Amino acid sequence: MAQIKKKTKKETPPVSTASLPDIVFMLLFFFMVTTVMREVDLKVSVRKPKATEIQKLERKSLVTYLYVGKPTAKYEDKFGKESRIQLNDAFATLDDVQPFVIQEREKKDEVERKLMTVSIKADRDTKMGLITDVKTQLRKAQALKINYSTNPAGTAEELYKPY
Amino acid sequence: MARNKRAIPEINAGSMADIAFLLLIFFLVTTTMDADKGINRKLPPWDPERPEDENIIKEKNIFTVLINSNNQLLVEDDYLEISELRESAKAFLINNGDGSCAYCQGGMRDPNSSDNPGKAVVSLQNDRGTSYDMYIRVQNELVAAYEDLRNEYSMKKFGKPYLELTDEALIDEVKAAFEQKISEAEPLDLGGG
Repeated sequence: MAQIKKKTKKETPPVSTASLPDIVFMLLFFFMVTTVMREVDLKVSVRKPKATEIQKLERKSLVTYLYVGKPTAKYEDKFGKESRIQLNDAFATLDDVQPFVIQEREKKDEVERKLMTVSIKADRDTKMGLITDVKTQLRKAQALKINYSTNPAGTAEELYKPY
Repeated sequence: MARNKRAIPEINAGSMADIAFLLLIFFLVTTTMDADKGINRKLPPWDPERPEDENIIKEKNIFTVLINSNNQLLVEDDYLEISELRESAKAFLINNGDGSCAYCQGGMRDPNSSDNPGKAVVSLQNDRGTSYDMYIRVQNELVAAYEDLRNEYSMKKFGKPYLELTDEALIDEVKAAFEQKISEAEPLDLGGG
C-alpha cells in the first residue's frame, strides 16, 4: 500500500520547452515570407477611398508608389495644410514626379520596364486638380500603367454614402 | 590523450527561444502586411501634337458623365445619384440600338442610345475641384457596370462567373464582348481646385 501511495504523490514532469525555438522560428519565417519591409515613412496622411472593383497588385518589385495627401500634424507647420506629393521619403513638387518615375524605371530590369505600375496612394479628400496634374506628369514620363490604391468596401452602403 | 577524448560540454540552447522571439518582434515591427489593392487603369500616351480625338464618334454612342466641384453627377444631361450610375451605364451599354448585338438581352433598343457595345464609349469629365473620393467612386461604378455585364454574359454562355473562367480564349471572348472604353477628358476648372 505504501508503495502505491508513493507513486501518486510523484510530481508531473515539466513540459519540455526544447521545441519552443522551433515554433518561434517557424512563426518568424512565416512573417518574413508574407510581409514586406516598410519602405517609407509616411509624411502625408492617406485615408484611401473605398471601392469594390479592385485588383491585387502583383510583383511588388515592379510597383512604384506615389503618395498624395495633406501633411501630417508633425509637418503641418513647415509644409502647410495644402495637399502635397510625397516621393520616397521626402515632400516633392509636381516637377519632381517625372524625373522620379524615370529614375525608378531605370532601376528595374530592362525586360520588365514595360510592366512597371505606378500606384497612386492618395487621400480621399484630395482635389482632382492635383491628381490630374500628377497623371499628366506620369503620361509625360510614359508611365501609363497606374493603380489607384483603394480599400475594399464591405457593403454597398459604404460605396454610396458620403463620409 | 585521455584529456582530448573528454566530451565537449553541450551548448546551452535555452536562450535560443529568446533570440528567435527578438527576431520575430523585429520583423513584426518593421514590416507591413497590407496587400496593395486598387483599381487598375491605363493612361493615354502624352502626345501634345496629336489632337485629342480625330475619329468622330456619334453623339448617341457616348455616355457622358460629368462631375462638378460639389461632387454632383450629371449623366447624359440628367442629375443622377451615384447609386443609380451603375444601372444607367449598363442600360446604355446593352442598348443595342442597331440590333447587331446578339447577346444584348434586355436592351431597350432606344434609337437615341448606343448602337452596340462595341461602339459605346463612356466619357468621363470632372472638375479640378472634384474630390478624389468621388472620382474613385464613379470610376468604380463604371468599371462595375462593365464587370456586371461581363459576368452576365459569362454566366449565360459558360455557366460560371467571369472571374472563375480559366481558359484564356474564353476570358478574351468575354472581354471583347464588353470592351472597356472609358475615356477621360481634360478636367474643367470652374469650381477652382
